Amino acid sequence: MKLLDRLMPSSGIRQVPKSVTIHAVLLAYTVIALFPIIVVVINAFKERRAIFRDPLGLPDSDSFTLVGFQQVLLRSDFGLYSWNSLVVTILAVGLVLLLGAMAAWALTEYKFKGNLLITFLFAMGIMIPIRLGTVSILSLMVSLDLVNTLTALVLVYIAQGLPLAVYILSEFVRTIPKELTEAARCDSVSEYKIFFCVILPLLKPAMATVAVFTMIPIWNDLWFPLILAPGEETRTITLGVQQFVGQYVTDWNSVLSALTLAIVPVLILYTIFSRQLIRGLTSGAVK
Amino acid sequence: MTPSNQHDEKKPFPWHLVFFLGPGLLIYVVFSVYPLLDTLVLSLYNEQQGQSSFVGLQNFITLITDDTWSQAFWNALGNNFKFFAIHMLVQNPIGLLLAVLLSAPKLRLSGTYRTLIFMPTMLSVVIIGFVWQLLLSPIWGISEDFLYNIGLGQYFDAWLGKEGSALITLAFISVWQFVGIPMMLIYATLLNIPDDIVDASVVDGANSFQTFWHIKLPLILPTIAMVSILTFVANFNAFELIYAVKGALAGPNFSTDLMGTFFYRTFFGFQLQQGSASMGAAVATLMFLIILVGVMLFLFFIQRRIQRFQF
Repeated sequence: MKLLDRLMPSSGIRQVPKSVTIHAVLLAYTVIALFPIIVVVINAFKERRAIFRDPLGLPDSDSFTLVGFQQVLLRSDFGLYSWNSLVVTILAVGLVLLLGAMAAWALTEYKFKGNLLITFLFAMGIMIPIRLGTVSILSLMVSLDLVNTLTALVLVYIAQGLPLAVYILSEFVRTIPKELTEAARCDSVSEYKIFFCVILPLLKPAMATVAVFTMIPIWNDLWFPLILAPGEETRTITLGVQQFVGQYVTDWNSVLSALTLAIVPVLILYTIFSRQLIRGLTSGAVK
Repeated sequence: MTPSNQHDEKKPFPWHLVFFLGPGLLIYVVFSVYPLLDTLVLSLYNEQQGQSSFVGLQNFITLITDDTWSQAFWNALGNNFKFFAIHMLVQNPIGLLLAVLLSAPKLRLSGTYRTLIFMPTMLSVVIIGFVWQLLLSPIWGISEDFLYNIGLGQYFDAWLGKEGSALITLAFISVWQFVGIPMMLIYATLLNIPDDIVDASVVDGANSFQTFWHIKLPLILPTIAMVSILTFVANFNAFELIYAVKGALAGPNFSTDLMGTFFYRTFFGFQLQQGSASMGAAVATLMFLIILVGVMLFLFFIQRRIQRFQF
């Protein structure tokens, strides 16, 4: 708006055209952002001929078909892949939250030798991608006999998610008034009880933000499923889609349906969590 | 690494510390810190027929100077810098513009715009790659028809299939997907600027542009710096988009090869070339160093000089 202001002549009715311009730009960009997704989703419901004849039209009674979805569901294990993704994501996010909150609490509340070193170690993990350790992670998983198991993925994703979780949750722990824990200690409440009954409930809003930030990269990851768990039984939805679409490039109905099936769960998650995500971003959780 | 106060006789062993910190730290060290360090060590070894021997910096020398390796390495590195440059020049300015527009006072529907524009960022890079592959496909003709409709049809080409344009096209796809991140981060900072500062500038007679340039821009510079380093780390770690659209060979003729795909091929091998753990580790180590240098430069030069404003 401020940039556009200069281009606009200053006058009494300035307010109207200025906001119209802002809306025009934002609306145009919204169309750019959504157009590709919408095109894919509407065409997934169309017959092959209609996909090519009228790619931008909505499916009508003539062109509507679910044949693509049938083929995808028959030829691949989408149900299994989604289940695998769900299990891995829920376990990893849940453990990142719990272990992250515990570590954040320990690092902010207690003074001990090595505190600074451990804090620094976790901080490094925010910037250095865990992917660079893949060569060793793979040989580690081979020696632990965890290749092609969901456990391997969960363990790696916990390690990947912990640094940011510890960072955000530590910031949050610092805002909790000291009086609260001191009063509890005076009443000789155990440290465990203080954490689980007093601190953990207070951390809930921050944990929701951490959950969203941890969940997205795990759900969407291709690298570790490709390397650690490429087997048919352990394939995640992202890897499943990647392989399915790569294999059936020329079958447009199937490809479009597979992409749509992969988009839907994320859209559902996004609608549920978008408020939390935006709150997290705008409250400066990742600054 | 387990903290211990055992020699301190007055206090009992801090079991609660082990309980709270132990599990998280253990998983983090075993599956992240140790593999990263081990990779650095592994890059100094060479393994042949199961025999591993210390070779010092030989793997790096091979990577940088050997004919068969160096060409691929420098190509991937150069492409990665191009990929990053396009993000810096296109993604972050567009993100800034959108953030400035979104933060206009009393803007209706700003929440809706924000949510919708951020949506592609949530989706898997794999899905986004395939979606754009379809949209840009000359067989389907959506992009071609669109360009004809606005009178630019003669410029349409199979951009993803040509050596000269494939990398740039992929970079633009990535920009399209991730523009939501700079937008959100800058928007959040803009919202946090107190009204009095802006009002004071308006009272002093500054127009909106001057207010932006002299008041708001300096205040959001730390965020822009942070967005830049996040872009840098993400770009030098990119893999999925290229792999999804172009496969591990990063065609045509390696023109879309990035450090991530180069690392994958070196580690796992492709076609006739055998994969090598130690060469893979050497590539990962170079990626590690590049990212580390970038982060350090950021911390020591940029972050230090830009004063952080606390509101």
